[in-house]
Amino acid sequence: MKNRIMASAIGALALGAISTNAALADGHAVGACLITKTDTNPFFVKMKEGAAAKAEELGITLKSYAGKVDGDSESQVAAIETCIADGAKGILITASDTKGIVPAVKQARDAGLLVIALDTPLEPIDSADATFATDNFLAGELIGKWAAASLGDAAKDAKIAMLDLAVSQPSVGVLRDQGFLQGFGIDLGDPGKWGDETDPRIVGHEVTAGNEEGGRTAMENLLTKDPGINVVYTINEPAAAGAYEALKAVGREGDVLIVSVDGGCPGVKNVAEGVIGATSQQYPLLMASLGIEAIAAWAKDGTKPTNTEGKDFFDTGVALVTDKAADGVESIDTKEGTNRCWG
Amino acid sequence: MASADDYESVLEGSAESVASFDSNEKSLLDKVQHALHSNPAAVPLIVLMCSIAIFGIILGSKFFSPFAMTLILQQVAIVGIVGAAQTLVILTAGIDLSVGAIMVLSSVVMGQFTFRYGLPPELAVLCGLACGALCGFINGVLVALVRLPPFIVTLGMWQIVLATNFLYSANETIRSQDIAEQASILQFFGEKFKIGGAVFTYGVIALIVLVLVLNYVLNHTAWGRHVYAIGDDPDAAELSGVQVKKTLISVYVLAGLICALAGWALIGRIGSVSPTAGQFANIESITAVVIGGISLFGGRGSIMGMLFGALIVGVFSLGLRLIGTDPQWTYLLIGLLIIAAVAVDQWIRKVSS
Repeated sequence: MKNRIMASAIGALALGAISTNAALADGHAVGACLITKTDTNPFFVKMKEGAAAKAEELGITLKSYAGKVDGDSESQVAAIETCIADGAKGILITASDTKGIVPAVKQARDAGLLVIALDTPLEPIDSADATFATDNFLAGELIGKWAAASLGDAAKDAKIAMLDLAVSQPSVGVLRDQGFLQGFGIDLGDPGKWGDETDPRIVGHEVTAGNEEGGRTAMENLLTKDPGINVVYTINEPAAAGAYEALKAVGREGDVLIVSVDGGCPGVKNVAEGVIGATSQQYPLLMASLGIEAIAAWAKDGTKPTNTEGKDFFDTGVALVTDKAADGVESIDTKEGTNRCWG
Repeated sequence: MASADDYESVLEGSAESVASFDSNEKSLLDKVQHALHSNPAAVPLIVLMCSIAIFGIILGSKFFSPFAMTLILQQVAIVGIVGAAQTLVILTAGIDLSVGAIMVLSSVVMGQFTFRYGLPPELAVLCGLACGALCGFINGVLVALVRLPPFIVTLGMWQIVLATNFLYSANETIRSQDIAEQASILQFFGEKFKIGGAVFTYGVIALIVLVLVLNYVLNHTAWGRHVYAIGDDPDAAELSGVQVKKTLISVYVLAGLICALAGWALIGRIGSVSPTAGQFANIESITAVVIGGISLFGGRGSIMGMLFGALIVGVFSLGLRLIGTDPQWTYLLIGLLIIAAVAVDQWIRKVSS
């Protein structure tokens, strides 16, 4: 709670720390930049690993930058400016502020850099040359279908708790939320936002900030509203772990279905142990290594990456991880999920 | 010439009454002001009672139940414990922005010492508490001996401790199930017991005991009175024989230790050890302190007020959620409460003694 107030406090107090990780520059090597939201989230750590490995393989000089906290857009703008001045050929970016970053991105593209949005699409999506991302709607849809199929006939009397990301409704949170509801078979209303659905099976939407603490508090609040909740959608696995603690506190951990999105290693382990029923796994390492390859191709002969057919971005894939496969929903087991997990 | 020496004429129009004491008859408002001045925790207590009553009337048994009431206690336990540390520092006219970071680092130390180095969990807990005390000691030395402003010192330490936390932990979360299996003492404060429909965790008990003990210490021991004296006027305190530097350092060390305790309680609350938890505890604790009627200028206020302040925030958050309003209304109302609390504080300070 109160994240918004504090985000601005942090913004005011802890301005501008950018971490750089410059490899030794080689006179004529192709340069590339990776700009992530933070350099502490394992998701971005994995992304950096993927980019660094690929860059070394292709002989590209990679420089990495990150905001101090999620939402720190000033640092990202400064990083883009640094990359332009540095003469890099391309930028891979996971934007903190998907609209606010657009002018800086345009400046980079005008200067002849290839800009690829990783994981988080810019708004509008064509502000970047390409977007390499998880299909978050599909990720949600998979767990929604799985939950409905697992419940069988009971799905029509389900009581669903929706644990979302933030009240500002960032696109990733909306896509996963609405995807889940679609997969579960609930009328979406406006698919561009959550909270306007009228289906009585939804007990409520709560925000978690995507961490354990928020997940627990949100779950407690919804349980106070309706103690009969039996399906819990969570924005990511840390929030799911928090929700599980809240359910455990009231002795309900055994009879509630928790689903999530991400596919981090601790999350997959939680699936294996039955804490989470199923999770949609995404692949940050692949996003980054494909991004570096695209920059190498652009530097070589000016070819731009193309989108996945039927989508306005390049889909890096998503897989449902569960040990209780449901009819009609394709999934991989936790063993396979562990092999592919990140963080 | 006699008529020219009329020295008395300049007195025309001046007060002619004989010097006297002010009348003791005061208006009702004056009396209220005076009563509040001598009872700084009264205002937040009244606000707390009113808000519980109002939400109780609107929401009925869903809110006004032992379950919901004790749930609020569980939800504010962490902020309350950190708020106790914040109260100590603010009473000395300081401020501590590093409380949340110290809490998280301490919890990470407790977790990592157990799982990375294989230390017995009891020992790891002690190491975590020591880590908190050490961070507080650094704050204290910089404030008391190097004489840097507390805002700057703790602003710096906030960044340093948080970065240390991320570097040391590699942002690795230790899962709840692993902790329960191998080091359940780390989750001690999350254990619960029931009295009727009310659910208490040891974390809640820790909060209440801590606040009661500190309330006694602050009001009835020499050390406690010295803390107030330093906040009121450090020079006067020094001249009266208070060892200002020593006391200041002890306040920051104790605050660090309490933050580490909060870190331990945090593991109980969220089950796992997560380096990203509790990053806004500093602002949340300052909010509780301010709404609790403790003066940011030091030397005035009661730690009980902080507890009530934290509970007011908890009541508003849960109450508004149950009503189903947009969560932004919670922030808006809490913002109003903060400003109102400081305005009331200023008014009370003007009391004529």
